[in-house]
Amino acid sequence: MRIHIPGALRSYTGQQTEVEVEGATLAQALDALDQRFPGIRFRIITEQDTVRPHIRIFVNDRQKFHLAELLHDDDEIYIVCALSGG
Amino acid sequence: MPSSTNAITSGTVTLFIGTRKGAFILKSDRTRRTWKLSAPIYLGHIIHHMVCDPRDKRTILMAASTGHLGPTIFRSTDGGKTWKESTAPPTFRKRPEGEKGRTVGHVFWLTPCHANEPGSWYTGTSPQGLFRSDDGGATWKPFSSINDDPQYIEWMGSVQDGTPDGPKLHSIIVDPRDPKHLYFGMSGGGIHESIDGGKTFAPLIKGMETVEGFDASVVTYHDPHCIRLCPSNPDRLYHQNHCGIYRIDRPSTEWVRIGKTMPKKVGDIGFPMVVHPRNADTAWVFPMDGTTVWPRVSPEGKPAAYVTRNGGTKWIRQDKGLPRSNAWWTVKRQAMTHDTHNPVGLYVGTTQGEIWASHNEGSTWTCIAKHLPEIYSVEAAALGR
Repeated sequence: MRIHIPGALRSYTGQQTEVEVEGATLAQALDALDQRFPGIRFRIITEQDTVRPHIRIFVNDRQKFHLAELLHDDDEIYIVCALSGG
Repeated sequence: MPSSTNAITSGTVTLFIGTRKGAFILKSDRTRRTWKLSAPIYLGHIIHHMVCDPRDKRTILMAASTGHLGPTIFRSTDGGKTWKESTAPPTFRKRPEGEKGRTVGHVFWLTPCHANEPGSWYTGTSPQGLFRSDDGGATWKPFSSINDDPQYIEWMGSVQDGTPDGPKLHSIIVDPRDPKHLYFGMSGGGIHESIDGGKTFAPLIKGMETVEGFDASVVTYHDPHCIRLCPSNPDRLYHQNHCGIYRIDRPSTEWVRIGKTMPKKVGDIGFPMVVHPRNADTAWVFPMDGTTVWPRVSPEGKPAAYVTRNGGTKWIRQDKGLPRSNAWWTVKRQAMTHDTHNPVGLYVGTTQGEIWASHNEGSTWTCIAKHLPEIYSVEAAALGR
């Protein structure tokens, strides 16, 4: 599957906007992402395995809240920084 | 400035400035009259604290987060030329499925460990947590048992008990005579001491007042803002509290409120506390308006430092050079510091993005940088080559 990387996290991916990973669950996909780009997972997922408050994760067009979510090979994962700040 | 570095220095001074929108490094010439500002470092990141290691004068650690992303620590081992991210930032213990665990919101405070423990650091977080690194800040682990201790969790209180942007563990202090003798403060949650290298901590709150109507014997209700140990007399500590200015002389276990001698129209509320590196009778505060709804600005819009040269018996206003009126800013707890020159230089970072400096121990002040983002912290060091 493909993970779409928001601008705020592209310093980890060498400015890549999309990254191909493998995984049967959202947790495995994010672990795979972190293996390639160490540190990126913790900026979006807490130590209690929850999505951080101003981050949203979509699989295809559905927002997902749990890392146990099952994935398919052709899924598109979007990591989105919520419109917040100041 | 770390408390173990109290010898007289001369030469250039480097200020490490953490702001709401990135970090900056401000370097002086040898006279401390001409200053050069760096480009922003990690522009857009919230930098709560940036500290240079006094043991090697090259390593710099930076506590960072952003509005969206989780907390981390950046580290430089070449005086700020290049930076790397910690590979294991501070995290609370993962709770079993179904149990509610705590998450680090931001890293707030950085303290180098004892001079005899090179490469080791402590950090305090929001919500309150205490962590240690023994590899120069590359990886971090929970330190002591307080992060999961039910009594400490109770004393830490809830988010509702803490400061507006999250309750904090701060003012981690290492006794320069003994690496096992530690202090820290919590907003809220009081002041705590360990004499066994952090295996156990105990509250040190006797004598401290609380907001009217709250029971002063309850640790949760105590809100120390900034605690400093005197390098020239490590048995003496000062602290600026939500409820006044205090001093303690160990082995006494009772704080004495020394802020009641401040002018009544100014009061003794504020955030920063600075102690003289070589004279334990001399300390500075930078009061703010803590009346009514706590405006958190300079009293009457007239900023000033106050110095005591006799341990708090008397306070003297120091405002020469500072704005005389309509200056509605204040100074956060980590945003006032000193160098170790003679006379001592003082540095204040304001919530409106200015750095004010005094190279004569507060007698006169000059603005040495402006138009920065809101300043969260300022630390001074003599950077190595």
